[in-house]
Amino acid sequence: MKQRLGPMLRVGSPLKSWFQRGTFLLLVAASLTLMMLGKSEAPWVEKARTMVADVTAPVLALLTEPVTATERLFANLEELVDLRADNARLKAERERLLEWQRTAIRLEAENRALSQLLNLAPDPHVSYVTARVVGDQVGAFVREMLVAAGTRDGIRKGQAAMTGDGLAGRVADVGQRSARVLLLTDINSRIPVLVERTRDRAILAGDNSNRPQLLYLKPQNEVVVGDRIVTSSDGGVFPAGLPVGIVDRVEEGVVSIAPFVDWDRLEYLRVVDYALTGILGDMPSDGVAEGSEARTR
Amino acid sequence: MTPGGLRQRLEIWAGRVAPTVLTVLLVLLAAVPLPVPFWQPIGPGFALISVYYWAVHHPSALPPPIVFLIGVLADFFGLAPLGVGTLILLLSYSGTVSQRRHLAGQPFLVVWWGFMMVSAAAFFIAWAATSLLAGYLVEARPAFFSYLVTLGAYPPVALLLARAQRSFASV
Repeated sequence: MKQRLGPMLRVGSPLKSWFQRGTFLLLVAASLTLMMLGKSEAPWVEKARTMVADVTAPVLALLTEPVTATERLFANLEELVDLRADNARLKAERERLLEWQRTAIRLEAENRALSQLLNLAPDPHVSYVTARVVGDQVGAFVREMLVAAGTRDGIRKGQAAMTGDGLAGRVADVGQRSARVLLLTDINSRIPVLVERTRDRAILAGDNSNRPQLLYLKPQNEVVVGDRIVTSSDGGVFPAGLPVGIVDRVEEGVVSIAPFVDWDRLEYLRVVDYALTGILGDMPSDGVAEGSEARTR
Repeated sequence: MTPGGLRQRLEIWAGRVAPTVLTVLLVLLAAVPLPVPFWQPIGPGFALISVYYWAVHHPSALPPPIVFLIGVLADFFGLAPLGVGTLILLLSYSGTVSQRRHLAGQPFLVVWWGFMMVSAAAFFIAWAATSLLAGYLVEARPAFFSYLVTLGAYPPVALLLARAQRSFASV
């Protein structure tokens, strides 16, 4: 650390060296304290974070508006150019999807019948809150996003945030009109998952790279590259079966995952709301007991 | 001293707060999700660029307490885990001010070279502190990549800041 500011400053500098040195050391101590507080997740740190997010979310949303508009314009132009090709492709896709739909309906009926035979308790109905991403806080050390929806829209702490492709992360804290989403690549992210094919359970842990890893996989697993990873309902964190990613590499016990989400194109996140329905029915969103920490209003 | 005291004082005042306002704007701007290549890794570097720029060209415009507050804000916006970004901004600021006589008034390349050194140290400290907080060595590649991109972003951002500085210094 270079704190010998005094003699090196030019004459006429308005900073008094002794005063500055004291202030500087004090500020360094303050930031070290902040580090500790942030690490220990002191409740007021979270409150301050939420407050800053709530205040800035509308500003950021405003700043995002022209970007979105421009993007839409370009997207429109591109679409016009590709109209014919798109049409042909969509027709082919429609045929294929109709086939899938028939299969899905058949399987759903079969599933219902089998579930009834087994007396299986049905999964709670899942609904979504769609929120615009207004803050991009993805850097070398932190991977978070700010969305412009909060408790008043029914978002609560701990809910899963998805895109159409798959799971993106989970709601870390919520304000009235904003929520911070911790992406699954963040070093603090731990998500209970299972390998779809083998049903092996594991924890998906972010490490700040784009390839989070599976931890606590049982030693004799048969996980291979290309296996799909979905959420498990362990710990009651997420609904089971949300798509997460595919196994990208298996090397010396380290299994890394390529998430389905396209990180460069996160405009909207769907926050999965599964606690609202079922037992509690039509209760107002802030009266729900589950995830009780999130009741800020 | 001219008789138009109030106007002059307003202008001086504007000149004083401009660096802070510009830095805060850069921090906010960095948080807007733009579909620009390398936007995500550059974003967090904006605060560092601005703090370095003012530390070289006009340190009294951005006193340490302001640097601290900007750091806390930048950390809320994803510079680094809370406190870590604050720390590296403070250290970069004081390191730069202490070497200021080698940098101020020098050709742009020298100032850029200085930024290369200061930001290398800053990213390294941020990486080390983040690892310390996490309890294991976090992946260093994204940090290194961010460092390179931030280095590349320095000239255009510094140019903008220089324009701004000239515009309020010339009145």
